[in-house]
Amino acid sequence: MNLRPEEWAALVLSLKVATVAVIAALPLALWVAWLLARREFRGKAWLSALVHLPLVLPPVVTGYLLLLTFGRSGALGGALESLGIVLAFRWTGAALAAAIMGFPLMVRAMRLAFEAVDPRLEEAAATLGAGRGAVFFLVTLPLVAPGVLAGMVLGFAKAIGEFGATITFVANIPGQTQTLPSAIYAFLQVPGGEGSAIRLVVLATAVAVAAVLVSEWLARRVAARIGR
Amino acid sequence: MSLVVEMAHAFDGFDLDLALEAGPGVTAVFGPSGAGKTTLIKAVAGLLSVDKGRVVLRDRVLFDSAAGVDVPVPARRVGYVFQDARLFPHMSVAQNIRFGMRFAPSPPGRGEEARVIAMLGLDALLERRPGGLSGGEAQRVALARALLSSPEILLMDEPLAALDAPRKEDILPYLEELRDSTPLPILYVSHQLSEVARLADALVILKAGRVAVQGRVEDVLSNPAALPFVGVREAGAVLPATVAEHEADGLTRLRLSGGDLLLPTVAAEVGSPMKIRVLASDILISLERPLGLSSRNVLPVTIRSLHRGSGPGVAVQLACGDDLLLARITARATDELDLRPGLACFAVLKATAVPRGSIGSARKV
Repeated sequence: MNLRPEEWAALVLSLKVATVAVIAALPLALWVAWLLARREFRGKAWLSALVHLPLVLPPVVTGYLLLLTFGRSGALGGALESLGIVLAFRWTGAALAAAIMGFPLMVRAMRLAFEAVDPRLEEAAATLGAGRGAVFFLVTLPLVAPGVLAGMVLGFAKAIGEFGATITFVANIPGQTQTLPSAIYAFLQVPGGEGSAIRLVVLATAVAVAAVLVSEWLARRVAARIGR
Repeated sequence: MSLVVEMAHAFDGFDLDLALEAGPGVTAVFGPSGAGKTTLIKAVAGLLSVDKGRVVLRDRVLFDSAAGVDVPVPARRVGYVFQDARLFPHMSVAQNIRFGMRFAPSPPGRGEEARVIAMLGLDALLERRPGGLSGGEAQRVALARALLSSPEILLMDEPLAALDAPRKEDILPYLEELRDSTPLPILYVSHQLSEVARLADALVILKAGRVAVQGRVEDVLSNPAALPFVGVREAGAVLPATVAEHEADGLTRLRLSGGDLLLPTVAAEVGSPMKIRVLASDILISLERPLGLSSRNVLPVTIRSLHRGSGPGVAVQLACGDDLLLARITARATDELDLRPGLACFAVLKATAVPRGSIGSARKV
């Protein structure tokens, strides 16, 4: 399949945006998932609602809120720009939008994984002299690894497919913010663009299938390693 | 004292208020479910915070509600063996065993590690995963893991409760070996008197959140007043014995301080010190040396005390040489035979009345 340069650009950008989005969101997603699974605190229901908001809001609304917040004249956008960080209409903004849209899926999967870890194992580790950090990294994290991987794959797939919030927040600039879905949409708007659109549809499908296969393979390896 | 515990704690509809001391050796904490055994051991480990109290291990204060001291669990250095082994499923047996070593202030060396592995028979299991171990194997691994974290006390919370009877028999000799080889004090929680009788040096009986009786295991188990807390079916004295001879007909002659007992083959070498538990309900009392009786086990004894319960039974403490036996007979027999303290009589025991599980090796002196 011979790809035209702008098609290549869309594929590469999508992979970059999705990868950065998942990696950047991972620490926060882990922490929030752990909080929701293991801690009781005031406002837990509100935190849970906030995390799930991108799942239920129309993506265009999320994108517009991002623009209001992180746009050049937005609440945080101005401050970030003075630090040299510009998000609106840049690929970094696409990554932020993808991270926020994928966040609820990542947190859900990881929260379930934390809830499945037997706290009595952590108790046992503590009696053997392990402090909180050691318990987390030596016992909890290896046991939640399959759930973390599943959450990352879900987040990655969501990031690849994210359209509404992305196009609202960072528009559809070829080579800069045009991800696979934006590119497919753009090609379908111009006469004679169907060929490009079809090629990108095939690519998007291939990326999705590959992600699922890789995650299955990883999950099997992890499961074998932790003896389940 | 190695361990001093005082604690008061209120639960919903149940309160706990107890004080106990544990010396070196094995201190068993015995009692029915809900008596407070698990609360006690968890409070020593720091896994549960009690309302009021003090826990002092050797000279270290682990908990003192009055002084606001509550040492965190990892810093308490207690080797906790849970009822459900709690091995880490993502690690091999060897990794499990070594888990606590990295946190120990003075980690055990290679030699100590090898000794523990050999003592618990774990050589062949080291590369295995916990998922593939039997209950008894898992419990031995958990024990090795606790020992090698260089603790200052071993806390064993019903370590055999999840095992079936044959597995228990398999693991008890390892525990006897541990008891004889470790300098660590051991707090051993159990609701199985047979285990307690075999392993413990001292016994604390809990009842509804209070200490009902405590003392040397031989004293408590031969104390007629303790019988209600032990349970009439389980009551029975523990006495030291030495293997004197394996006889040709398959019986083993055990020497007690007050006479000999003939029991079905005991798997121990001649001269081995043993500990046998004789159930109170398996002893008959005869005023004269019985003739024409099938039992070969007749011991001359003297009645020390009698304890009438609320039912038809009477608990009788008998002195046999330097040791004490406990018998449970009916009040009617007591009256008709006119049994009273100081009376010399004979205790009769059927050879098969002492099951294999009631005979264990004694601490080698």
